[in-house]
Amino acid sequence: MNKFILKRALASLVSLLFLVVAVFFLSRLTGDPTDLYLPVDASLASREQFRKIHGLDQPLMVQFFNYVRDLAVLDFGESIRRARPALDVVLEAFKWTLQLALITLFLVTLAAIIFGSLAAFRVGGMFDRFATFFSLIGASAPDFWLAIVAIVVFSVGLGWVPTSGTGTMMHWILPVTILFIRPFGLILQVVRSSMITALSAAYIKTARAKGAKAKSIIFIHALRNALLPIITVIGDQAAGMLNGAVIVETIFGFPGVGKLMIDSILQRDFSVVLASIMVTAFVIFLMNILIDLLYAVLDPRIRY
Amino acid sequence: MSVSENISTIETPKKGKIKTFFSLLWSDQFAFFAAVFLILVLTSVIFGPMLLDYDAGRQNLRGRNAAPFDFTRGWMWFLGGDQLGRPLLARVLVAAQNTIFVAGGAVMISMTIGSVLGVIAGNSRGRLGQFIPRIADVIMSFPSLLLAVIVLYMLEPSVSNIIIVLAITRIPVYLRTARAEILEIRERMFIQAAIVMGASKFRIIFRHMMPMLLPTLLTVATLDFAFVMLAESSLSFLGIGIQPPDITWGLMVSQGRPYLTTAWWLSFWPGLAIIFTTLSLNLISNWIRIALDPQQRWRLEIESKKND
Repeated sequence: MNKFILKRALASLVSLLFLVVAVFFLSRLTGDPTDLYLPVDASLASREQFRKIHGLDQPLMVQFFNYVRDLAVLDFGESIRRARPALDVVLEAFKWTLQLALITLFLVTLAAIIFGSLAAFRVGGMFDRFATFFSLIGASAPDFWLAIVAIVVFSVGLGWVPTSGTGTMMHWILPVTILFIRPFGLILQVVRSSMITALSAAYIKTARAKGAKAKSIIFIHALRNALLPIITVIGDQAAGMLNGAVIVETIFGFPGVGKLMIDSILQRDFSVVLASIMVTAFVIFLMNILIDLLYAVLDPRIRY
Repeated sequence: MSVSENISTIETPKKGKIKTFFSLLWSDQFAFFAAVFLILVLTSVIFGPMLLDYDAGRQNLRGRNAAPFDFTRGWMWFLGGDQLGRPLLARVLVAAQNTIFVAGGAVMISMTIGSVLGVIAGNSRGRLGQFIPRIADVIMSFPSLLLAVIVLYMLEPSVSNIIIVLAITRIPVYLRTARAEILEIRERMFIQAAIVMGASKFRIIFRHMMPMLLPTLLTVATLDFAFVMLAESSLSFLGIGIQPPDITWGLMVSQGRPYLTTAWWLSFWPGLAIIFTTLSLNLISNWIRIALDPQQRWRLEIESKKND
């Protein structure tokens, strides 16, 4: 067990290093920040000075080794745009993304498991057809379009919820709802097919024969055995959300890490790009290890 | 009359391949309508730009943000006009080509590269089999947005470059699927038998493994087509995908965003086109999965008997 965790952690560290190297060099291909931050008619001297302050005057390889050296003591560099430590900026944004992801994931998991199981209980029934069709629509809808339509209808038209920003409970309703729809459709499909398999097993017949209630057959006997693929797909969706829901965050002006990442890519704020990639990748790797451990808890046949 | 002929007359008459196909399709009505819709989309992909390019680009300031469902201007204005007074119906039909080309091109490229790599990785027991899956890991954790911005700055943001960006990000899907399938297939008895018979590696892969692998890959590709379409729309929406004057549905949604409160139809119709296309693809891929699976096909066959 410990050996497994250690091995996984090392493998994750290696891929993280690959990622850092790739992003470091590739992000610099997007151009020189000097052109973006100084006025067009800035003198050559002030340009030189700007480059010197941010360490951009040195050769690329030297910049890279300096970056790695600072990284060893957890110094992620400084944001050019905000003149603050990059890690602080990222953690602040990540707090918002984490809250949004956790709330949405909780609701999605609950709803998808309940509706998916009920759909699987009578395959081809009325409820099943509706659930399948609506989950397919949900999985097919582009979130930016849904977000726009929702703003027009609920914020502008009916005036129930604010259009964007954060502050009150009301601000959370639209982002969570929009973020909810696609994962809900995808996870419901997996729950349904996985439950159909589980419900056709012999021990379900036994449970029925001994007179167990439908509710306990679905949610106790079958669900536990159907959980593994469900957890896998929830993990995939969670990874997507932790990476920041770029579209939803952009449209609703939500100060999360996805919006931060796209903004800092466009602003050539390299250290923030790198820091946000590392923070999210770290959390996602951590989550993946936890999911693997969860497999072993749920299915005693799996041992590491 | 021989015995065998007698038997064949007793059994239900064998339908032709095409007829079986259609009766299987008709037995799932959702899939049938999805197929009809996709044929409509394909028609506008092929003929749209040829016939409507002039109308889709012609600006008419009197028709700025013209309201939909107004018949006085002719059928072209049925869905309203956009911010420069171009008829939306024509624009949606013309934009179908770029949207479908981008998604189709990206899926084709990523499927080819991904499955070739996956087949190689699945068949080699040495270092190569260890190394290739790691490529997938790195690609998957690389932010696709950054990749898009890099391409946008380095090369020009054209249709073909967007295809390259999307293709790279989707390679892991096929690589993993192909590898997992091959790992499972290569332990099967008939592969062992083929090896014992002295079949060459080439023959085993193309003659024995491919027929098992292709249906899975095609199902994944249909689903992925929908996903890539959404991804392209998102990129165009964020302004790092297709650039005007080229149009795609995603770009049209984004261009209509400033006019949301005054002219909702600018963003609404292209978004609806995206939804219907991805929904149809999902329904069709569901149907393919059932129709190709010998253990599940009876669900469709029962339905088609009922309809006979």
